[in-house]
Amino acid sequence: MATSYYPGCTLKTKARNLEVAALESASVLGLELVELPRWNCCGAVYSLADDNLLNLLAPVRVLIRALEQGNDKLVTICSMCYNTLARANRMMREDLEKRHTINGFMDEEPDYAGEIQVVHYLDFLRDELGWAELRKRVTNPLQGLKVAPYYGCTLTRPYEISLDPRPEAPTIMSDFLEALGATPTDFPHSTTCCGSYQVLADPQSALASAENVLGSAISSSADILALSCPLCEYNLGLRQRDLPTDIPTIFFSQLLAMALGLGADLCHFELNQVNTRKLLRERDFPLP
Amino acid sequence: MANDTDSRDKVQDSPQLPKIPIFIMGKRYMVPEELTIMKAMEYAGYQFIRGCGCRMGVCGACGTVYRKPGDYKIRVGLACQTVVEPEMYLTQLPFYPANRASYDLAGAQGSAEEIHAAYPEVFRCVSCNACTKICPAEVSVMDYIAAIKRGDLELASELSFECIQCGLCVSRCMAELPQYHIAQMARRFVGAKLTPKAGHLREQVRNIAEGRYKDLMDQLESASKDSLIELYKARQWEPAKEGEDWTPDDHRGLLS
Repeated sequence: MATSYYPGCTLKTKARNLEVAALESASVLGLELVELPRWNCCGAVYSLADDNLLNLLAPVRVLIRALEQGNDKLVTICSMCYNTLARANRMMREDLEKRHTINGFMDEEPDYAGEIQVVHYLDFLRDELGWAELRKRVTNPLQGLKVAPYYGCTLTRPYEISLDPRPEAPTIMSDFLEALGATPTDFPHSTTCCGSYQVLADPQSALASAENVLGSAISSSADILALSCPLCEYNLGLRQRDLPTDIPTIFFSQLLAMALGLGADLCHFELNQVNTRKLLRERDFPLP
Repeated sequence: MANDTDSRDKVQDSPQLPKIPIFIMGKRYMVPEELTIMKAMEYAGYQFIRGCGCRMGVCGACGTVYRKPGDYKIRVGLACQTVVEPEMYLTQLPFYPANRASYDLAGAQGSAEEIHAAYPEVFRCVSCNACTKICPAEVSVMDYIAAIKRGDLELASELSFECIQCGLCVSRCMAELPQYHIAQMARRFVGAKLTPKAGHLREQVRNIAEGRYKDLMDQLESASKDSLIELYKARQWEPAKEGEDWTPDDHRGLLS
């Protein structure tokens, strides 16, 4: 059965490499994802102000769009979209007063009470296919590639929306990487913030956060850092031009596509850092 | 309104029509029940020197907001198209300030980033949907803004195609966006930069510039009135159900 899919804005522009590789892989694995026919920005950040209901309109509207498709799940790939949608969904499910206010305001939409389940792509793979089955489907195991799995903040925090039952020491991405035949490394800053939107307000402190994460990944002797978020990719990938570190970064979906033997053109490596392409070339992964 | 003469007559004949009360900017007037808001305002003594354009529901100059008793909803219509209802409270909003960015279309790439740079406020949208709810042309304003945010200019162009630039969306926007100017930039980019150029059109323009049809035009221009009438009567019609390969018998005006 087809499952509804929410891309988010950045996956349609700067992070096409994250989206295309994920969708092509899903299709090869027989998992049918159908993009919502109508959608808006998720809001990008879940507001921490308790009374800021205005910023919840965007994610709740997306959830209503999913409800209209008659599906009980909505799959996302971007970490920020996942976090914003999952938290908005939880709020609509659990906070009756806010639900009432929001439904009352959006009088042109059907009422929503958290009926949809928001699922991240990694969750979806684990639950629909399972790691053992994924391992069987891999045609081009990423043998000998040491990958540092980076979760950042938004896949596992807060606890209630965590992809992994152990948000303080998640293993879902390591399990995924092992299924691809890669060697996940264990590094202490895998759930430390990349600097996030501080890159706008306080770029120096964002750089310091990034350096912290990157240094930790390098110390774990990883060849490459696996990410699931375009903003993390900006802070940890692109911004390395302002840092002494030099470690390639790649989206988890690109690793999946590589392991499934999909063509490099589907991975849009031209959007990755130069050193990522260099590493892949060294490892004899064919680039267009 | 099918015919402007009819509507003018209606104002003059209107003493015979039953009258209903409406409130124009808070003041009560009794107006004939079948008039449009625009005609009712003229009946009440208002004279339009702006805020009325085509009187045909196309130009978007006469956007009007109103409410009805016992209903919190704000309603909208074009004054030239919307018939008065008893007890409606209305005012015209023929214009609402909206800044239009200036940009060099010829030198532009046609990218979403250029639109984002010209209108950075587009990212202030919180998807409240007030714009779509007010739109008298039933354009999905919020959806085209969402499309522009994610760089889908073709979709934005399609969704905003029926915009009449009345500006009512601007009046309602809590993020203070000039939506219709942003959509216009997207449509211009799609038209000028993103849509593939039609090769046959370029060829035909070149043909015309090179004088290929000059003789035909000269013949027409020097023809007598009677022979023009004959030519007009004898003209060939494209059959209604022909496929796109149909050509007229006379091939002189066609591309080779």
